[in-house]
Amino acid sequence: MRQDILSVQSLYKQFGAVRANDDVTIHVERGSIHAILGENGAGKSTLVSMLYGLLEPDAGKIVFDGVEVSIESPRKAMSLGIGMVHQHFMLVEPLTVTENVVLGLPGSWRLNLKQHAARLAALSEEFGFDVDPEATIAGMPIGMQQRVEILKCLYRDADLLILDEPTSVLTPVETASFFEVLRKLRASGKTIILITHKLEEVMALSDRVTVMRLGKVTDEVVTQDTTARHLARLMVGRDVVFKIDESARTAIVAGKPPLLTFRNVRARNDRGYDGLSDMSFEVAPGEILGFAGVDGNGQAELAEVLAGLRPYTAGEIKLDNKDLSDYSVSDRIHTLKIGFVPEDRHRTGLVLDYSVADNMVLRNFYKKPVKGPMGILNRRYISEFAEEHVVKYQVKADGIHQAVRRLSGGNQQKVILAREIEAGPHLLVVSQPCKGLDVGAIEFVQNTLIAERNKGVAIIYISTELEHILAICDRVAVLYKGTISGYVVPGETSNEEIGKLMAGFREADSNAA
Amino acid sequence: MQLELIRWVYRLKTVWAVLLSLLVGAWLIRITGHDPIESYKALFVGAYGEYWGFSATLTKMSPLLLAGLAVALPYRVGLFNVGGEGQIYIGALFSTLFALWLPGLPMWLAIPGTIAVGMLGGALWALIPAILKAYRNLNEVIITLLMNYIAINLVSFAVGGPLRAEGAPYPYSDEVGDSYLLPIMMDGTDAHIGALFGVLAAFVIFVVLKYTSIGFGMNTVGANPHAALYAGLSVRRHIIMSMVIGGALAGLAGTFEVIGLKYRLYHLFSDGYGYDGVVIAFLANANSLAVIIASAFMAGLESGANVMQRAVGVPITVIDAIKGLVVIFVAASLAFSYQRSGLVKMINRRKRLNEALSASALGEDRV
Repeated sequence: MRQDILSVQSLYKQFGAVRANDDVTIHVERGSIHAILGENGAGKSTLVSMLYGLLEPDAGKIVFDGVEVSIESPRKAMSLGIGMVHQHFMLVEPLTVTENVVLGLPGSWRLNLKQHAARLAALSEEFGFDVDPEATIAGMPIGMQQRVEILKCLYRDADLLILDEPTSVLTPVETASFFEVLRKLRASGKTIILITHKLEEVMALSDRVTVMRLGKVTDEVVTQDTTARHLARLMVGRDVVFKIDESARTAIVAGKPPLLTFRNVRARNDRGYDGLSDMSFEVAPGEILGFAGVDGNGQAELAEVLAGLRPYTAGEIKLDNKDLSDYSVSDRIHTLKIGFVPEDRHRTGLVLDYSVADNMVLRNFYKKPVKGPMGILNRRYISEFAEEHVVKYQVKADGIHQAVRRLSGGNQQKVILAREIEAGPHLLVVSQPCKGLDVGAIEFVQNTLIAERNKGVAIIYISTELEHILAICDRVAVLYKGTISGYVVPGETSNEEIGKLMAGFREADSNAA
Repeated sequence: MQLELIRWVYRLKTVWAVLLSLLVGAWLIRITGHDPIESYKALFVGAYGEYWGFSATLTKMSPLLLAGLAVALPYRVGLFNVGGEGQIYIGALFSTLFALWLPGLPMWLAIPGTIAVGMLGGALWALIPAILKAYRNLNEVIITLLMNYIAINLVSFAVGGPLRAEGAPYPYSDEVGDSYLLPIMMDGTDAHIGALFGVLAAFVIFVVLKYTSIGFGMNTVGANPHAALYAGLSVRRHIIMSMVIGGALAGLAGTFEVIGLKYRLYHLFSDGYGYDGVVIAFLANANSLAVIIASAFMAGLESGANVMQRAVGVPITVIDAIKGLVVIFVAASLAFSYQRSGLVKMINRRKRLNEALSASALGEDRV
């Protein structure tokens, strides 16, 4: 008889119309590493938030250590012996390791830091963490900080550790030693729940896997008895809905020279490592090239390099035979005609305090005709432009002077689309355009993009939502670690194949195997 | 309708805060053993209702208004210029040097020339923290603040040594030539046309920010620097531009103190006008037209205080206390917000600017 430390039975959680967790049942064996695998938005984070007392389930039962419990706060979770390490660390940088660990412990009158430090040192020794309790967090490598986070849980006598996307911040070398740490923890009887969307980790590390998709558990399997391929298919899903009629798809302009070419392009990510490594591809006018892949494999860097918000360090990018590095952000908008729908609407795409009208001219207010004589803004032009395109793009707002902050996500996205498309782009870069939108808005966005494609615009469509990509792209490049691991033609490739590419198996590899 | 009324009550919260501080001030006056109503009457009539008093208010208003604008404008881009005081000193130093170097210039050249040179001085002094902020993301609050001491001591050194007038009992420079003297607005008083310049500058800034594409760009950088980069604006250029203009305005304040009021450069001539400018910009919520009103109010408190002391016998220090109360109550009033408080907004604005700067440390070098 298996001994479960945790069993979750028929958990439900609903946000508005979205069922984030729908009848989720999971059994976690004591002393095992249990992976929860799924794409972004599959409901993994919702699930663990409920296990750690950050969210309250709408219905269902959580049994911990054989007793039914209600976990109403993180404090309660900790007292039960559940610890969690968040994707973004919760450490106070100027303080030492000991101080960080002690922070939030139930206090006594005297705080004996020396004693705590000694106990921490012993604990660190026991698991081979190699952490100096006296060191300050600031300046510590990320991998070390992560160990401190784990130490924090262990120091509170956690038996069950929940790790949310733990390797997303680590370098490959750090990842390898992190795996060792996890194996040691398992050997000493701790239980680990590993939230991830990386197949390789699951295969390398876990004992059992629960695969989630769209809020539901698709399967729970023993890792040894399965393959990465099988898991990929479970994760991506079997049925992809094609909404677009196939005749429109074949309108690709065969034989036309490419509009945009990438040759061996490299760019750094925010942490200074390779965000794009040796990226080469071409896009023709009138083509939608999709970029699929697990988030964090170069999507953001690709879009920013094209928009001019991030420099590239090597290689060559040519648009219409012009070298992209010679053009500033504003030249790219106005001379090269690159439209860009950024991933983060609130942070980049819009000024939330500005009105709908002002946001519609956000990228050309310093050019004629928006800028009139003597640099005075042509308010009449702006109003007319906004009035016309609020109608054309079906933006639901209380007039053009309403702040975009008050608009729904879908309507905010329409404002951006109106601005970028009405600028008459030759190349349109769209990044996660359907994130957080409802079905109607998604359809509108996709139809708009297809209409642009049919007009001869080259479109780069970056998304982690495979179904959307397959629905509208002519070709799909799969991103893996900053480069393209393979191309896919929608309708001709199985999801299994795509899943494999997303996990980094190159086409050549699969031939060999 | 009712909602609109509540919104207006909130919008006028600075006014309520000022009234509240006057109310507490009344209690302070009471403690000193005087009649508050009588005292306030003396104060406000003395400051605004009477020829000599009003001229004194206008005289005080000149540096306060310009210093207020010197803080308000960079703030719109997300920067906190605490260096008005230093920029005032350097502006005054530059204009004095110019005036003493070319004593014989005709008036039509002398005054515009001094103004230009004084503004240049303030602008250059502000350029240093601006460049450090734009290219190295060094905290402009600390740099401008510390540079104030350098500027003050630089002027003290200049008028104590190389510029010191012969036989002067006190560190001051020679008097500037007659052709340099700024015209007086009100006959027989000190009220030079500096305040008028300030009002003009406030209107120009208002129009630029509200109606031109330059202003749209500055507001965009202040509201969302990430979006500004995305829109193709240079965040760095906007940081430098707004700080330099702010510095020029403070430099102008210093210039007017020399050629409008004292006619020579004194050491320690500015009694914290640059810091008062921070308070004024804060009172005005960085709106340049409101800066006019706020600076008129602060100037009135200063000049009226003397009248009040003479007429009723309330010590001037009570007015200093009231000025302190105004700051406290206005700061407290920001906690009562109809939507989002100005303080939260301001902190977020600075945070976002810093983020964008570290992000654009990568991006902007290239383009």
